[in-house]
Amino acid sequence: MAQQALFRIWRGDANGGKFVDYKTEVDDGMVVLDVVHRIQAQQAPDLAVRWNCKAGKCGSCSAEVNGMPRLMCMTRLSEINLDMPVIVEPMHTFPSIRDLVTDVKWNFAAKRKIKKFRPRSPDAEDGTWRMQQKDVDRVQEFRKCIECFLCQDVCHVLRDHQKHEEFIGPRLFVYTAALEMHPLDTEDRIPELKEKYSIGYCNITTCCRQVCPESITITENAIIPLKERVVDRYFDPLKHLFNIL
Amino acid sequence: MAEYRTHPYDVLVIGAGGAGLRAAIEAAASGVKVGVVCKSLLGKAHTVMAEGGVAAAMANVDDRDNWRVHFADTMRGGQYLNNWRMAELHAREAPDRVRELEAWGALFDRTRDGKILQRNFGGHRYPRLAHVGDRTGLEMIRTLQDHGIHSGMEVHMECTVLSLLLDGGRVAGAFGYDREKGHFILWPAKAVVLATGGVGRAFKISSNSWEYTGDGHALAYRAGAELLDMEFVQFHPTGMVWPISVRGILVTEGVRGEGGVLRNSEGKRFMFDDIPDNYKSQTADSEEEGWRYTQGDKNARRPPELLTRDHVARCINREVKAGRGSPHGGVFLDIAWIKQHIPKAADHIKRKLPSMYHQFKQLADIDITKEPMEVGPTTHYMMGGVKVDGDSQMSTVPGLFAAGEVAAGLHGANRLGGNSLSDLIVFGKRAGQYAAEFAKANGAAAVDDAQVQAAARKALAPFERGPEAENPYKIQYDLQDSMQSLVGIVRMEGEMQQALDVIAKLNARAAKAGIDGNRMYNNGWHTAMDLENMLTVSEAITRAALLRRESRGAQFRDDYPDKDPDWGKHNIIVKRDGDGQMEIEKRPVKPLPDELKQIIEEMK
Repeated sequence: MAQQALFRIWRGDANGGKFVDYKTEVDDGMVVLDVVHRIQAQQAPDLAVRWNCKAGKCGSCSAEVNGMPRLMCMTRLSEINLDMPVIVEPMHTFPSIRDLVTDVKWNFAAKRKIKKFRPRSPDAEDGTWRMQQKDVDRVQEFRKCIECFLCQDVCHVLRDHQKHEEFIGPRLFVYTAALEMHPLDTEDRIPELKEKYSIGYCNITTCCRQVCPESITITENAIIPLKERVVDRYFDPLKHLFNIL
Repeated sequence: MAEYRTHPYDVLVIGAGGAGLRAAIEAAASGVKVGVVCKSLLGKAHTVMAEGGVAAAMANVDDRDNWRVHFADTMRGGQYLNNWRMAELHAREAPDRVRELEAWGALFDRTRDGKILQRNFGGHRYPRLAHVGDRTGLEMIRTLQDHGIHSGMEVHMECTVLSLLLDGGRVAGAFGYDREKGHFILWPAKAVVLATGGVGRAFKISSNSWEYTGDGHALAYRAGAELLDMEFVQFHPTGMVWPISVRGILVTEGVRGEGGVLRNSEGKRFMFDDIPDNYKSQTADSEEEGWRYTQGDKNARRPPELLTRDHVARCINREVKAGRGSPHGGVFLDIAWIKQHIPKAADHIKRKLPSMYHQFKQLADIDITKEPMEVGPTTHYMMGGVKVDGDSQMSTVPGLFAAGEVAAGLHGANRLGGNSLSDLIVFGKRAGQYAAEFAKANGAAAVDDAQVQAAARKALAPFERGPEAENPYKIQYDLQDSMQSLVGIVRMEGEMQQALDVIAKLNARAAKAGIDGNRMYNNGWHTAMDLENMLTVSEAITRAALLRRESRGAQFRDDYPDKDPDWGKHNIIVKRDGDGQMEIEKRPVKPLPDELKQIIEEMK
């Protein structure tokens, strides 16, 4: 039933900002994004928030709620202690645009540099391919990704060390894994993974996997197998010896 | 004088869902310079919400299927008000468009022999929907996005178009703003493709995302293009009704397909009370028979819960209005009851309906294996839109094209599930191809700076009026309330007349809307600017629904509950007249060529 809650929302832009308190009535069954919308409609019409489907399917409303990277549309108030102020702030890893909205364009630019899908020749005369379900299962897991970038937000290589120029982050490792493990793909992205995307920087703390709203097993199913491929090619001592000889 | 930056293109695509991206890929492939403008980030468009699949008669699962059957199914679903040429092209070309997605990296679920798997869906005679679990739309948009970014198109993310520019009768480009800074942008273009999706945001309860404010419909209307079939808005019978935060979100037809039943507050399966005569012979007459149908018994007939979407939606509506609804204004959809028939029912439900289990558990804290869901009708899809040429997708304004939900014709009076995703790729491609041809054949159009400055002045007016003026959010909520209650699932003359009065008053209020703050990512300002489009579309829906004095497909008139054969031969056109008034016209449907008529007869 209706009760009062205090929302402490970060307001500001690239030049800085501060937390602003909004006291508001909340109803049973609401999610954080509902409260943000209510504050917007009643108290702060210019409060900036990015959202779209409101069903956990588009990955637009990423933010940090009480310090945890979350989709605001999938964070129910019933799982939050409303006796304390609810702190809502933008993702830290990306530059601020305004209020809860960050500039995530880097993700799109970095993705474009990854070599695109290149299928083998069709299997059948009519130009189609044959694939078994068990062979597409593991790539389908990666293709569940909704590009909310919460994994990028929580990755310390990006968040703390700001290695955006030389590291592509968990989301794009998942993307690369989907291409590398695609049953039809013939491209080779292993050299770039080592040299340009610095997959070695990842020390598999599994933070990314823990915040993924789609429960993609990012670390174990995507990043580690890619690391293994890099290691196989570049750091296998026997292969190394063979190459010298 | 307002300042703006300029990005000229040969072809400008407005919208980056399935249709927009497919159009842009096609246009770029033909060598012209292509720009894409989208309101959200790339890959977030409403296409991601599509669950069931993409309809294409590939005959991978049942070799009796072919384009002729798909064509006949589509025409039957649309009650023969469809643009037959679009229905024909759609059925013929969808298989190639789906296979093309696979060549671009899409990974559909597979058959045992390794082909693309296809599933059954309402209104399709054979298993026809290529799919990826229940996230087919995401697969499609990601495939197009990841292919498209390497095709040479330039993407303007988080930008909104305010108006189309005209040179004489012809389109000359578009003018709008970026959300990030609130700066104006001029996109001069030789051809423009509208791919802006639907209008669901004009209603209170909707499965659609915020972007669906009818922009393309309204932009085309203001540019003088004809709109078609605006009265046909599809309401899906089962959306979530509680919690309010998720009201409207879709509950897939699959729940009923797996044996889920609808009950009112008295515990009664009310769907048995109202089975239309023409469906009686195909509908189960006992609960037991209905149950056998859902478990694959080919000798059993379908339970009444699986009657057509429009009928089920109206029955639910009736129960709620009669005071027999659930606590939050819906009815109960119960799948947990199947434990009477199935051992380990909870595991069975989780395996068959994983995303529904997850959705209710996470958003409503309801375990659907133990308790019933509350569901009610939700605004789902707009059949009406920009009238286009079936082959080229060009509107009645030269150089202005439309594809996907914003275009009309393919679906007639009602759309079959699965025909939307195929619509996007078939007609997205065509629109892109013909827009590029138009751009090559016609030189640059002249941009009239007076039109640009007028649009900019109008856009900035809410700042001048300031926060003391009308709150744009309030106007939007009032519109949604009115459209929901007055022009919703059951329509009547008096209520719709009342809606027109409300819309007129809201138009006056919208002209006085004011906002606070600056131009940077100001959601209040964006809402103020979206209002005009939502109001225009709402008026068009209402006027068309008033004129069509019959019930057909998605339109149900309580005062005219039957089909009228004369209306079965007519479409409704909405157009802006010379004085800026909304003009409405009853226009005969183009007669079918004999060859197509014969297909329909054969398939009856």
